[in-house]
Amino acid sequence: MDNKDKLKEVVDQAIANQHVPHVKLKRMGPSSVDIDKLTKPSKETHQEYWGKGLTYFAIALIIVLVVSIIGFVGYHGLATFINDHVNVFHFLTSTDWDPGEGKNHVGAAVMIVTSFLVTLLAALVATPFAIAIALYMTEYSSKKGANFLQSVTELLVGIPSVVYGFLGLTIIVPVIRKLFGGTGFGILAATLVLFVMVLPTITSLTVDSLKAVPGHFRKASMALGATHWQTIYHVVLRVATPRILTAVIFGMARAFGEALAVQMVIGNAVLMPYNLVSPSATLTSQLTSQMGNTVMGTLPNNALWSLALLLLIMSLVFNFLVKLIGKKGQK
Amino acid sequence: MQELKPSYVKTFAKDELALSTKDLSVLYGGKVQKLFDASLQFKKNTITALIGASGSGKSTFLRSLNRMNDRVATVNGEIWFHGLDVNKPNINVYELRKNIGMVFQRPNPFPKSIRENIVYALKADGQKDQKELDRIVEESLRAAALWDEVKDKLDKSALALSGGQQQRLCIARALAVKPEILLLDEPASALDPVSTSKLEDTLKQLRSKYTMVVVTHNMQQASRISDYTAFFHLGHVIEYNSTAEIFTNPKGQITEDYIQGSFG
Amino acid sequence: MDAKKRDKLATVIIYILVGFVVLILAGILGNILITGIPHLSWHFLSSGASSYQAGGGVRDQLFNSIYLLVLTTIISLPIALGAAIYLAEYAKDNWITNLIRTTIQILSSLPSIVVGLFGYLLFVVQFGFGFSIISGALALTFFNLPILTSNIEEAIKGVPQDQREAGLALGLSNWKTIRGIVLPAALPGILTGIILSAGRIFGEAAALIYTAGQSGSTINYADWNPFSPTSPLNVMRPAETLAVHIWKVNTEGIIPDATIVSAATSALLVIVVIVFNLGARYLGNKLYRKLTAAK
Repeated sequence: MDNKDKLKEVVDQAIANQHVPHVKLKRMGPSSVDIDKLTKPSKETHQEYWGKGLTYFAIALIIVLVVSIIGFVGYHGLATFINDHVNVFHFLTSTDWDPGEGKNHVGAAVMIVTSFLVTLLAALVATPFAIAIALYMTEYSSKKGANFLQSVTELLVGIPSVVYGFLGLTIIVPVIRKLFGGTGFGILAATLVLFVMVLPTITSLTVDSLKAVPGHFRKASMALGATHWQTIYHVVLRVATPRILTAVIFGMARAFGEALAVQMVIGNAVLMPYNLVSPSATLTSQLTSQMGNTVMGTLPNNALWSLALLLLIMSLVFNFLVKLIGKKGQK
Repeated sequence: MQELKPSYVKTFAKDELALSTKDLSVLYGGKVQKLFDASLQFKKNTITALIGASGSGKSTFLRSLNRMNDRVATVNGEIWFHGLDVNKPNINVYELRKNIGMVFQRPNPFPKSIRENIVYALKADGQKDQKELDRIVEESLRAAALWDEVKDKLDKSALALSGGQQQRLCIARALAVKPEILLLDEPASALDPVSTSKLEDTLKQLRSKYTMVVVTHNMQQASRISDYTAFFHLGHVIEYNSTAEIFTNPKGQITEDYIQGSFG
Repeated sequence: MDAKKRDKLATVIIYILVGFVVLILAGILGNILITGIPHLSWHFLSSGASSYQAGGGVRDQLFNSIYLLVLTTIISLPIALGAAIYLAEYAKDNWITNLIRTTIQILSSLPSIVVGLFGYLLFVVQFGFGFSIISGALALTFFNLPILTSNIEEAIKGVPQDQREAGLALGLSNWKTIRGIVLPAALPGILTGIILSAGRIFGEAAALIYTAGQSGSTINYADWNPFSPTSPLNVMRPAETLAVHIWKVNTEGIIPDATIVSAATSALLVIVVIVFNLGARYLGNKLYRKLTAAK
């Protein structure tokens, strides 16, 4: 076997070349092994113990915090129903909000309806824009353009909500007043303010979702002769749909929980909105403007805590929806 | 399918051993078994090469020897070191790793100065004597055959070194802790031929004081540096013998096929 | 309509929508900066707010905002760091970790007004701290913790695995490896995370109106003893921040120049946010280069 002989030659040569040049490793060398040390805790063991303990402590602190937020708000929010005997169904459906007058005047329907209305409208308006921007950034524009829009989006997320509220108050409300009459305060003003506020949130998450669509999907579609738009519509958007939905829900969560900006433009009157420009109140706006006017432990105060509890529950629901979509998306 | 039974496993006298394993198995995630009952003995002051295709379990085996797999996998079996089974839960793994050092596939110096790279672990261990630290820096760099190249820039960033130099720095860093055994996981795979040959020279010189186990997928490298070679296949040790025997006179068919195919 | 035309139309619509949004943004930023900056005088920054006349400044609000930011960061950093290290290094991939992550996510999505009201309940009422800087700082900490934790966790996870292995293989403890090797390498990302969250803290108002309060107290800037009631450093005094100030002058509307004061304050807030954003990016890049520099 020629091959084998050749191999033998090569290997023999290699092994012969292993001859070690004489070196003095002077004092360098292994320290003698202390077997006892191997079975005993050392400095490192203690370090690890304390370090790990610290991180456990930190995480426990956060968990205790979340649990106590839910606990405290739940306790005070439920007092309306347990101590003051307000009917839950009444609370959710009645539009009669005047808790100072007794337990039959604790109806939060106005705030609930208005909160959902502004949230849905804002999301409805913002989503097409957000998808357009996200598509532009991922499918159309140059890298430079995308980077520019990216930093603008980041900046918009960073602008404090009171600044948005102030702009709504000084720009949007007067314009609405001029166009539609009335005070200018109301759902339309709140929707427009929230539109600008949730737009960057939805956009940046939608960008992430589009970027996560593997490039070969696009290539395959293009190779089949589809136009750019067909590719986007039938392939890219379809694949990204669950995550875009998640983005919209995150946006809605932000809109639902936003307090000051909405409170500044909604009008703060507990009236069922009969059109988009009539003053109304949301859960958050009512909390913001009234919490300071009530006395702890009284029915009016407890009623406000029930609104806070409702906010908290909705926040949990949004979280749950995101999780649900995430799970479905994995399948 | 051929039965994956060892065709030959070399053994040594007890007092010649630096390290040995008995029936070592590794499971990932409680399900995927990557190593099956590996029993190998490593002789003092020798270089042993672990060869085999990727996925053969050679790296998994190596990383189990100083308990680096603890966090990612379940390792069953025995690892004997100085008359102690060091795969027991009561073993202080930090002390163990000080005695069994490791060098990785990709050079991974800390983003610190060359000097700091070497003394970092010593300082963490409480070593404060500056003179002693300086001495160790020089000695370990000399031992890793790097001293002449870096002695004028010890306080420069280690990341400025070439890949080959970085890898030798990693060896120096491992030696500074004064281990008895050095495990090397494909130490030359990311290096160019010149750096590789320097690294190999370094390893051959270190043989007079250290026991080394080297994972490599390079047959020529195995034959150039190792005294003994173990061949892994699909998580099993198939053959373990002196390097000359394994390469020129393999006992098992799988070994022969692999070596014939890989010696290009 | 054939596919080609449809493609054209879609492109045009997308460009129009994007153009519209860019216009809105330019309008918003332009409006804030153009109406606000002319009033951002030294006088405005250095004089106290007036309660019913025109011409007041925001000296105390500015100080309060910065002081609250510093306090909040000092309180939340160690906790966030610990939690982030736990999640990035110690947490196993199991249901407990999932539960913990969900919990943190819940905290991050809670409306800030709810967090503020909880702070009110716990610190202002229960612990009797009253409307005070410390109540505000703690409420802001709750608001800040989840986002800071996940920022730091990302930064830590970005450190290559082989750095950890290098440390462990030398016989260092996990903790020592994390503290001495992983954290320094993650520092640029951690700093960026801190600065970005600082921008959020600086502009937050909803969590503060019922914790730090909506009014200031007399502050004597010559008195730096933190235990003196008029000292700027006293953590038990009520404190109105810039963001709360905008909200208050607009909703109460007692001062005649509310619009000017709010515009200038808004401009100030936005400028600070821009500076934080740019600063985070610049510092992150610079530190990163320094750490990985091939000098």
